[in-house]
Amino acid sequence: MNPGMNAALNSGMAPVATPWFFYVLAGMAVISGGLVITLRNAVHAALALIVTLLSVASLYLMLYAPFVTGVQIVVYAGGIMVLFLFVIMLVNIERSSKEHRFNRIWPAGLAAACVLLALFVSAFVKGRALFADRGMPLPESSNTQQIATMLYGEAGKMGQYTFAFEIASLLLLVAILGAVIMTKKKI
Amino acid sequence: MAPITTLHYLVVAAALFVLGVVGVLIRRNVVIVLMSIELILNAVNLNLVAFSRMWGNLHGQVFAIFIIVDAAAEAAVGLGILIAFFRNKETVNVDEIDLLKW
Amino acid sequence: MPNFIMSYLGSTVTPGEAGNQFWALIYVLIIFAGVSVAVIAMNWIERKALAHFQVRLGPMRVGPHGLLQPIADAVKLMLKEDIIPAEADQFVFWVAPLIGLLAAFTVYTVIPFGPSQAVSDMNIGILFMLGVSSLGVLGVVVAGWASNSHYPLIGALRSSAQMVSYEVAMGLAVVSAILMTSMNASGTGTLSMIGIVQAQQQQGVWFIFKFFPLGLLALIIFAIAMIAETNRAPFDLAEAESELTAGYHTEYSGLRWSLFMLSEYAAMIAVSSIAVTLWLGGWMRPFPNLLHAPAWDFIFSLFPGLTFLGLAAIAFIGTARMPSHSFFKIQRIGLAVFAALLGFIALLLLVAAVAGRSADTSLAARFNEGIGYVYWFVLKVAVFMYLFIWYRATWPRYRFDQLMKIGWKVMLPISLGVLVVTAIVGVIAS
Repeated sequence: MNPGMNAALNSGMAPVATPWFFYVLAGMAVISGGLVITLRNAVHAALALIVTLLSVASLYLMLYAPFVTGVQIVVYAGGIMVLFLFVIMLVNIERSSKEHRFNRIWPAGLAAACVLLALFVSAFVKGRALFADRGMPLPESSNTQQIATMLYGEAGKMGQYTFAFEIASLLLLVAILGAVIMTKKKI
Repeated sequence: MAPITTLHYLVVAAALFVLGVVGVLIRRNVVIVLMSIELILNAVNLNLVAFSRMWGNLHGQVFAIFIIVDAAAEAAVGLGILIAFFRNKETVNVDEIDLLKW
Repeated sequence: MPNFIMSYLGSTVTPGEAGNQFWALIYVLIIFAGVSVAVIAMNWIERKALAHFQVRLGPMRVGPHGLLQPIADAVKLMLKEDIIPAEADQFVFWVAPLIGLLAAFTVYTVIPFGPSQAVSDMNIGILFMLGVSSLGVLGVVVAGWASNSHYPLIGALRSSAQMVSYEVAMGLAVVSAILMTSMNASGTGTLSMIGIVQAQQQQGVWFIFKFFPLGLLALIIFAIAMIAETNRAPFDLAEAESELTAGYHTEYSGLRWSLFMLSEYAAMIAVSSIAVTLWLGGWMRPFPNLLHAPAWDFIFSLFPGLTFLGLAAIAFIGTARMPSHSFFKIQRIGLAVFAALLGFIALLLLVAAVAGRSADTSLAARFNEGIGYVYWFVLKVAVFMYLFIWYRATWPRYRFDQLMKIGWKVMLPISLGVLVVTAIVGVIAS
């Protein structure tokens, strides 16, 4: 029990049954991720991706990041996945459900992914000491306000990420224009 | 049970990342390739938020928000390109998107 | 163990904040039961009110004045044959109503019925509610696709396009209400639902009246958007029977269809609760700061008992006016029993109100306070529910292109304008 956990317990914010929730949610996320890449039907894969996104959102909640949870549910699960389902319905042709799921060169892809996995495993095993839980408490009740301070700044000065925020809004404008132009019948 | 440390979250993020990479490399359906890219981005987000918890500041969470914004823009444009291509060639098979081959 | 259970009873925080899982579960069960009863009552009120708007009587036979009609409907739907289209995707067909149901009911975890009467007061309460209600769109899309038939697919695409379009205007109206929570001394607002109502309490004004007419405009935009969001008239093109043969739930029969109806009514109550919390002061009684004397507190605490007394009186009058034919004997007895039940509840509430006026911390006073909070909240939500029914009876429905035009070309600019002007006025006024 590191000191961080005692601090969280003393301040009354200790999460409840954390290991159990973590294993259930992480298992759900990984199993649904596996289903996304192996299911034949695209709509089933989209539903599995929704389960993955919601499990990852719950993991964010366990990491004391409620605002990122909210943004993930609103934008990812409620926006992007609706977009994916619309497009799947538009391009879902019968032929695609009867042909092979995987590429011709799938052993090469699988081998490359295994190398990547081996790289990750070796990084985790060798660098285990680097990821020690330092026990820094993250207050949950003012998370949104603190993120807002970093994004928008306080009275009289710009936040750290205000410029990046403006660039992100420009990026979204470009994406809107791009999506409209791509799908016009005559440009 | 052992207390859940940052390493647990990193392992989950790595597993999701590898699954996403496998999906991008292996699947034929373009829509599922795009969904695997979303898996990769989620794995990166989980990594960032786990490290933000470890260090005790909010930079990781803000970066994760920007990545979510970025993923939305990219999914919109990517699916737009897919629809434009589908209008021309009536297929969503990655192997058949080879009009630029010499 | 009993210490764990009893230790919560004196606290002033929600069970989520106190970390008490048992009471959180109890609250969840109470909310689930309450919402189910509310949906059943709403079904009856809708049929009777629509009938009276159309100068007819509505269901009169099943119970006294049709009071048991919803139960008869539920039993009928459960006993109907479960038809699944031949080429339909079995798993997705089965899962689609559940997605809508989950999305509609998960919202209730953050709705505050009182200053500590919520399952959990999340820091991101309103953002969570907007996100989870946007998960309901997924249920609609998947239901239409899984039916493997033209009408449901077109209905689902239209319905989900409409819901997504009006979510934007809804979100902007909500943001302008959140902006008003930050007009205090420290300059920080809050997204938590209980915090929003407490901000209205501190600033001494319901947000509908703040910076008049900006708060009112924001509420009007939210009210229109929430009607479109829940696919109710006049925006119910996607499920109207004369247009698309019931849209995305055409192929669903029996219990599955009733799950769709359950999720639609639950979503209606949920978005009405958002409107009440954000603009109408949540659980606060009218004039909490202006009429602050204990005498006024006592008068307002009599309202729950008086309401049930009025309902009991109406039921008694109904019993007296029933024809004395022997055919109506059972109905008379049933209505008299119902009236007696309402009168008994009224008596209980009046006794609690009278007993709780003296001390501040006695059990009767706390019970009285809790009842008062829940009563005012439910009353305001009931006003919105009645407005839903009124709109359905009165207005013709919009054509789909008119609907989308209004959503994007009228609601979005107006809500953006309201947001910008609220921000400017807020900066000038501080």
